[in-house]
Amino acid sequence: MGVDANTLLRLTDLTVDFASHEGIVHAVDKVSFSVAPGELVGLVGESGCGKSVTANAILGLTRMVNNATISGTIEFLGRDLVAMPESEVRDIRGKDISMIFQDPVTSLNPVLSIERLVTEGLEVHLALSHADAVKRSIELLQLVGIPKAAGRIKDYPHQFSGGMRQRVMIAIALSCNPKLLLADEPTTALDVTIQAQILRLMKQLSHEYHAAVIVITHDLGVVAGMCERILVMYAGRIAESGSAKALFGHPHHPYTIGLLRSVPRLNEPRRDNLQTIAGLPPDLAHLPPGCSFAPRCWLATEECWQQVPQLLPTDTGRLSACLHADKLIAGAEMPA
Amino acid sequence: MNSHRRQVIERGGGEDGETLVTIEDLRVHFPITSGIVFQHKIGAVYAVDGVDLKIRRGETLGLVGESGCGKSTTGRAILQLIRPTTGRVLYEGGDLAHLKGGALRRQRRHMQMIFQDPYASLNGRMTISDIVSEPLLVHKLADRAGRKVRVRELLETVGLNPNTLNRYPHEFSGGQRQRIGIARALAVEPNFIVCDEPISALDVSIRAQIINLLQQLQREFGLTYLFIAHDLSVVRHISDRVAVMYLGRIVELAENAVLYEQPMHPYTQALLSAVPIPDPVAEENRRPVVLSGDVPSPVEPPSGCHFHGRCPAAREGLCDVEDPKLKEVRHGHWAACHLITADDYPHIRAGEDDLAVVADGGWQPAEGGETA
Repeated sequence: MGVDANTLLRLTDLTVDFASHEGIVHAVDKVSFSVAPGELVGLVGESGCGKSVTANAILGLTRMVNNATISGTIEFLGRDLVAMPESEVRDIRGKDISMIFQDPVTSLNPVLSIERLVTEGLEVHLALSHADAVKRSIELLQLVGIPKAAGRIKDYPHQFSGGMRQRVMIAIALSCNPKLLLADEPTTALDVTIQAQILRLMKQLSHEYHAAVIVITHDLGVVAGMCERILVMYAGRIAESGSAKALFGHPHHPYTIGLLRSVPRLNEPRRDNLQTIAGLPPDLAHLPPGCSFAPRCWLATEECWQQVPQLLPTDTGRLSACLHADKLIAGAEMPA
Repeated sequence: MNSHRRQVIERGGGEDGETLVTIEDLRVHFPITSGIVFQHKIGAVYAVDGVDLKIRRGETLGLVGESGCGKSTTGRAILQLIRPTTGRVLYEGGDLAHLKGGALRRQRRHMQMIFQDPYASLNGRMTISDIVSEPLLVHKLADRAGRKVRVRELLETVGLNPNTLNRYPHEFSGGQRQRIGIARALAVEPNFIVCDEPISALDVSIRAQIINLLQQLQREFGLTYLFIAHDLSVVRHISDRVAVMYLGRIVELAENAVLYEQPMHPYTQALLSAVPIPDPVAEENRRPVVLSGDVPSPVEPPSGCHFHGRCPAAREGLCDVEDPKLKEVRHGHWAACHLITADDYPHIRAGEDDLAVVADGGWQPAEGGETA
């Protein structure tokens, strides 16, 4: 596949397996999707659905894990990151692709000053002199809204609050003008009012820098306001994908419906009971043979248990990995 | 279930519900000490700084606030798991703060707690049967045979297979462990349960199951809940009344529908507007108010109203000087803000850069006050 102006990132059949004493854990199972330049994509799912592993694989972090096996391709600007030698990935990681981690408390090295943390990438990737890097760092810290940035650059992470640390992390992630920003649960560790500040900042900076962002989260509310396109993951596979409005308005996969129904919303009248998805997410080392959602699904039939459903286009121009997507499109309701 | 309990359920902790727990001027200050041999106090964390609350029999009182606001400490101080620095906690009229040893233990039978983290709150070396029957043993409520019967009954009540009672916690998922924690809390037939973030450690698809279970148990056993959470959508779903905490104090308290539809305190307004809604159309049509700054440290809480530094309506010379008292502004609607009167309150909206501002013409400062 050649370089396509409308594709920044293309994953084809990405599979990540981890060897464990319980057997092989299929963390990511043949995941394919692409991201356009500047696009805001939400990758949604519960813990253990493979969303973070997908992000780590894009950043080439799973290759450092001894018991991981990766197959498939991750094309970034036409070059396959999976096949690329580590030395070349290193030039891309932190420069063209950068990451905002979930926990700003544990992901900033506590013994390095903010100056060291922010200038490192600038000096390594952009070959700036230290003085220039410091100057640029102060600008970046101002950009992400840290008050009195010049005076605080010698401070250490513990001298900042959680929200401020997440801003430092965003400054580091943006320092080399990345084309793709991976944000793994960027606001989960933060309070609601701080979350609003950070989401607004990320959206605004993505527009300014024309950087594509993949927001990885379990919180449907976070991506609803921020992302243009949503991918829903379940047990290592993509359940469905589509534009945010279409997907939230009319889900084409029973899991998405269950997920949306099971959270109370502020803009809806109170209900007596929440609808629930029965059962538990499957064990990734012992996945059911067919659709991994079949044991919890109210639409499941014999064939769902026999074959793994493919992520296929629907008549509505979206993608769904449900054999019964046509019933959902026709308006099949989730039983109360 | 006795007839008294049935009555309570029918009343559902309504307007005139009988008070079960009364909290008066509750303060919990954790000392900060310095020195190794001769420790001396150099300051304090003002975790809970003057909380007054009345919890009605049969209701669910939601207690919301951001991390570090003191909501969990309040819950623990009510149960005397942390001893209050000052203040009283009355359970059915009797003060708990001065009880010790056996007397306290006898009262604790009526009040239990469900903890946030189902991984940390169950002893990994005890079987499910031991965990659930321990309260019965401590309170001498049943003999060996009786405990066995009761454990099976409790596990069934919370939706677990009673045949799993000889297993260990690690064999269960997070949601199932939370059910075990709930069974343990129910073992002594309590009246009052403090639920401290009972679902925040669980997966999204499991949360609804636990919420439904808690509601079903409340109906069945006439329980009174103090439901502590930071998720405002969940609190709205489950609570009869809601109290909002900010930095150790209650800033607003009202019936559920009133608080969510007409929040008066500027902090509550900002908090509600910041809650993300899983609906892109709704998100497009609203502008969340963004509060500037961070929650101040409870070590050095700001003078006057703790919220004044982030409040768009704050007035110099008043809000930064004087402590606002929690007063009943309208019937059943309490707020702690100098700027709220029975007739009007500051309406907060998103201004330039989405930062919170006071809406034009929506509110006039009280007579005699000049705007800063």
